[in-house]
Amino acid sequence: MSVIDTSGRPASRLGALVAGIDAALVTLLVGALVLWFLPVNMGRYGTYVLSLWLVTAVAAMGLNLILGYAGLKALCQAAFLGIGAYTTALLTKAGVPWIAAFGLSGLACFLVGIVIGFPALRVRAHYLGFVTLAFATVVWLIMRNEQWLTGGTFGLSNIPRPQVFGWSTDGALAFHRFVVGVTLVLALALWWLVRSPWGRAFLALRENPVRAASLGIDTRLYTLMAFAIGSAYGGFAGALYAPLVEFIDPSPFSLAASFFLVLMVICGGAGFMVGPFIGALLAVALPEWLRFTGGLYLLIFAASVLVLLILCPGGILGLGERALAALRRRS
Amino acid sequence: MAELVQILIAGLATGAIYALAAIGFTLVWQTSQTINFAQGEFVMLPAILVLVGTMTFGLPVWLALILGAAAFILLFGFGFKRLLVDQMITQGVLPLAFATMALSILMKESAKDFFSPEAQVFPSLAPAGNLELLGTAISWQNILVITVAFAAIGLLQWFVTRTRTGRQMQATAQNPYVALLLGIPVDRMILYTFLINAGLAAMASFLVSPIYLAKFSNGDVIGLSAFIAAIVGGFNQVRGALWGGLLVGVVDALAASYVSTSYRMAVPLVLLVIIILVKPEGLFGSKEERRV
Repeated sequence: MSVIDTSGRPASRLGALVAGIDAALVTLLVGALVLWFLPVNMGRYGTYVLSLWLVTAVAAMGLNLILGYAGLKALCQAAFLGIGAYTTALLTKAGVPWIAAFGLSGLACFLVGIVIGFPALRVRAHYLGFVTLAFATVVWLIMRNEQWLTGGTFGLSNIPRPQVFGWSTDGALAFHRFVVGVTLVLALALWWLVRSPWGRAFLALRENPVRAASLGIDTRLYTLMAFAIGSAYGGFAGALYAPLVEFIDPSPFSLAASFFLVLMVICGGAGFMVGPFIGALLAVALPEWLRFTGGLYLLIFAASVLVLLILCPGGILGLGERALAALRRRS
Repeated sequence: MAELVQILIAGLATGAIYALAAIGFTLVWQTSQTINFAQGEFVMLPAILVLVGTMTFGLPVWLALILGAAAFILLFGFGFKRLLVDQMITQGVLPLAFATMALSILMKESAKDFFSPEAQVFPSLAPAGNLELLGTAISWQNILVITVAFAAIGLLQWFVTRTRTGRQMQATAQNPYVALLLGIPVDRMILYTFLINAGLAAMASFLVSPIYLAKFSNGDVIGLSAFIAAIVGGFNQVRGALWGGLLVGVVDALAASYVSTSYRMAVPLVLLVIIILVKPEGLFGSKEERRV
């Protein structure tokens, strides 16, 4: 079930979630193992695309927590990706170890997320969309205009690849495996969070905020936490993104990029653990495969998203779930 | 002083364009309770269609304008409602909003790939030069923009408040279920709203393109400004969109001249956040009751 289906049967949905969760865990572990060995013969560029897919998926995972699990309409995930990327780039270029920069990037986004989340408490629903949209644009303007800090449109180059516990990640394959490891850790943390009482509170919040409040859930706290933790994942993704591309400028963190992340979450299936990975695969890897069409890949991507949304508003995993339900009904 | 007046008039002219686009947001919102994230591209595309007419098919400008507007209204008024809104509205308003995001990318990329990634000169409908008035020079283009936009909005106001069809449209916007019970052809009224939205967008497109040049990325700036205008004015009021548009246009022009050109976009955004915090329903908006 996805965020958009609000007509809902919450009880059975929670049941389905608990039953489905171990499948998600297995998928994550097996997926990580496959991805660890997959790019051995893929060459530098193929490996880079795979890593980029995972990094994008981390950002989408955070947005999935906000949008898919807590049902908050946030349109600024790319801004958090940017904050994380610039924080990590600036810190590691100054000689701070990557691990510290990674933590600080997440923390910075967590704190900013809390600040942005406050207006959201005042004005729920579509107004959160408005506030986050304004925020995303202001962040992008700062990245572009504050040349002394961000390098402006020239960006920041020579971002070092991390040394983790004396292990160098300089090569494409080594860095890819590093990304696989970090992504797995982050995915498992989120998987645990969603399963915990916290995750159930998020879900209750999404399905019916008033009912959730009547059950004694502190809706203000959980709204803020869902938003801040999701934003922190944006920051973590940025901390991986900066050393992956080794050069950052403001363009991948624009408002359009935030929209793209929303589309990824929706297409993959909002509210599914594995949804962001599928969505990011569509948005990152599919355009690469469509490169043979010349410049038309974005167009084809947008058109396929449109068709997918019309045919199946629950995303690809929603489609799968619907097919499973139909099969079960028949038997 | 003369400089300030000039800045204000230029601001009013851009504001009038924003208002035309912002009304589209409120019209779609009223009838479908959703946000059309492709509204900026709705203003970008008609000018491109006209240029396709004049450059590719060698049509005279007037014919290209008529055909371009007609094709756009058919595709993005009628087609938008029948093919996208009607298909998706049954699944809730949020997927529809996301679909319009995809539509905006599709429109932008189509203009870029099938027409041109370069900014193109768009024929101006106003004579070149300025009107000298009390020591200030006002360009004819700006005068045309302000006049046409105000006339169009005035006409729209007259139509929805004074004519039978207009009142039926208002009733539909306020409560489609009651309107249906009263025997109003709700579906047709909603279709009219979408046709009007496309028409206003085409008009805004023809007015703004001579100033900004016709470019595939025009929708980004116009869409965002119109969006802010709609929120500032009140998302559920046509009147609010007008004043919001003018306010954002003027604030934008003042910010560009007196604050900093690189942060001119940030000033309306700050205005937006203040409005949301102080009066979330917008300056002229009416409160919407909380649904449980």
